[in-house]
Amino acid sequence: MSTAVLDKRPAGVSGPRFSQRYVPVLATLALLVLMYLFGTFQYEGFASGQGVANLFIDNSYLMVIAVGMTFVILTGGIDLSVGAVAALSTMVAATLLEDRGWSAPVVIPVVLLIGCTLGAAMGAVIHYYEIQPFIVTLAGMFLARGLCYVISTDSQSITDGLYSDIGLETIPLGGGVVITYSVLVALAAVLIAYMVLHYTRLGRNVYALGGNKQSALLMGLPIARTTIAVYTISGFCAALGGILFSFYALSGSPNTAIGLELDAIAAVVIGGTLLVGGSGFVLGSVIGVLVLGLIQTIITFANLESYFTRITIGLLLFAFILLQRLVFARRSPSS
Amino acid sequence: MSITRHRLFYPLALLLVLLVSNVFFTPTFFNLRMQDGHLYGSLIDIVRNGAPLLIVAVGMTFVIATGGIDLSVGAVMAISGAVATHHIAGLGNQDSTVGVLTAVAMALGFCTLLGLWNGILVAVVGIQPIIATLILMVAGRGVAQWITDGQIITVNSPAYKLIGGGYKLALPFAIFLAIAVLVFAAVISRKSALGMLIESVGGNAEASRLAGIRSRGLILLAYVFSGFCAGLAGLMISSNVSSADANNTGLFYELDAILAVVIGGTALIGGRYFLVGTLIGALTIQTLTTTILTIGINPNATLLFKAFVVFAMCLIQSPAFRAKVFRRRHRPSAPPSAPASKEQHVRVPA
Repeated sequence: MSTAVLDKRPAGVSGPRFSQRYVPVLATLALLVLMYLFGTFQYEGFASGQGVANLFIDNSYLMVIAVGMTFVILTGGIDLSVGAVAALSTMVAATLLEDRGWSAPVVIPVVLLIGCTLGAAMGAVIHYYEIQPFIVTLAGMFLARGLCYVISTDSQSITDGLYSDIGLETIPLGGGVVITYSVLVALAAVLIAYMVLHYTRLGRNVYALGGNKQSALLMGLPIARTTIAVYTISGFCAALGGILFSFYALSGSPNTAIGLELDAIAAVVIGGTLLVGGSGFVLGSVIGVLVLGLIQTIITFANLESYFTRITIGLLLFAFILLQRLVFARRSPSS
Repeated sequence: MSITRHRLFYPLALLLVLLVSNVFFTPTFFNLRMQDGHLYGSLIDIVRNGAPLLIVAVGMTFVIATGGIDLSVGAVMAISGAVATHHIAGLGNQDSTVGVLTAVAMALGFCTLLGLWNGILVAVVGIQPIIATLILMVAGRGVAQWITDGQIITVNSPAYKLIGGGYKLALPFAIFLAIAVLVFAAVISRKSALGMLIESVGGNAEASRLAGIRSRGLILLAYVFSGFCAGLAGLMISSNVSSADANNTGLFYELDAILAVVIGGTALIGGRYFLVGTLIGALTIQTLTTTILTIGINPNATLLFKAFVVFAMCLIQSPAFRAKVFRRRHRPSAPPSAPASKEQHVRVPA
């Protein structure tokens, strides 16, 4: 009974006491550890420090995007445009840098601003015209992907000095393990998101809005500002993810990140955030991203075809949604 | 005045504007000609290429009417083509009617089962439709690649080619299939209480449960039908090119199908559905695609136009938007007269 009472406390203001809300995150963490142990015992050369670092290096852009998606899903919304916005960012960056000769310190803010603007516009349409997030962000996805192809249908490599420096330079962590600057950016994004969600008014509003929109409205919380803010954050994170991806790939391509929104949603769900909103953790999404990355690594080590990655992610998604359903059965009395 | 309030007015107007604007780019746009006993022309192309979309959209209409959504249709289409071509490729005589029919039955049967899987997740387990079907959307393409072993399977079977690329009675065979699905859906749902029951479940699941409607079975049925429709559409696409490409068959189809349903006036929140609207919606999307191809714009830029169409249709359908525009337009005129309140009543069912 006490857990049921705990369960009703608004997330974000609660202390670190154990409650049912932690079950999905802990399950994901356990899964991550199990998968890592499995890989270690099964494959030679799996358990290296650099292997772990690579997990972060290869998935830093997804991590940033999943952080933004966590905000949106916590309010009970969804953002299908992130993959296309990330692709648009790589395209805009490549064009401005290479064709227009702009310098990177100018290009990066421009790209981030475009992401924020798109996100804010979608949030405004969702709130003021009461259209479902799903369909609005779908239109946003069409728009961003279409703009990519309008800019160019070919990919373009980025030769800018700052980009290649950031993309190729590594930071030694000792023991021969290195990470890239993108990892630092991603970790900073995670930290900031954690602070915002748990220690600011905006964070509380996000949880309240996702928990029960009607109550949030009656309590006088700024629904409009919060809704627009979360989609702006998601747009910003998508653009930042795009920038990190262009550091990583040193190119801009209109076909970048097709289906990335699904990976981001999967990471958030596997990370234990409730899809109806109101409950979840940004760190859970990070673990979710690492689980997805580890699946990829294991499948590479096992010499399996890449399509098994998608099947495995689908199965995991199924398992975790089922888990959410079981753990939170009392909370959502639908059907 | 009153004709503009008909729910099909804006979708039809949009379609007509699109069709007519084509004449400016291609003067021969409305021409039809006979060649080797087959009818050719841009209009025929639009209907033939729009047939798979229409079929998927009809299935999607029922799912959306129950208040759900099916994101997995594109992946199911890929699986359908993969299953059929995989079987045909293994036949001794690829043109054998029995072999092709078996392949078609296998593909449709498997896709119907996938629809059942979606339906069970939504109706029995109680997972949100977006998420329940997201699972198959993510995994489905992987399954299709698994079946084709990551290759593009090519077949040489005139019998299979008939489904998506063949002709009957001077018209593409795909058109007959699409019309059959549409008429079947219309008759079965409108000549019985089935359609009304589905609308009732989509309108208010709790109220219909209290009224004694078994929503579970109806929702299940909608997803099963959607899976079947996606399977049929997948066969058409793969038959048209005599091959199965697990990566690209049906890519973005779920979005086009949802768009077709929305353009047709069926609201995404569930409730009333309009099959004729879906027909107009599917034709509109196909016309848009064809127009862009004929003008010579990069086909990928179609997405940009679709984005504007989605925004426009959603805004027109949004009561909040209409209320704002309506208020702004009429504020200068002095007395809030009788028609104003009448308009507000009309607004509701949209």
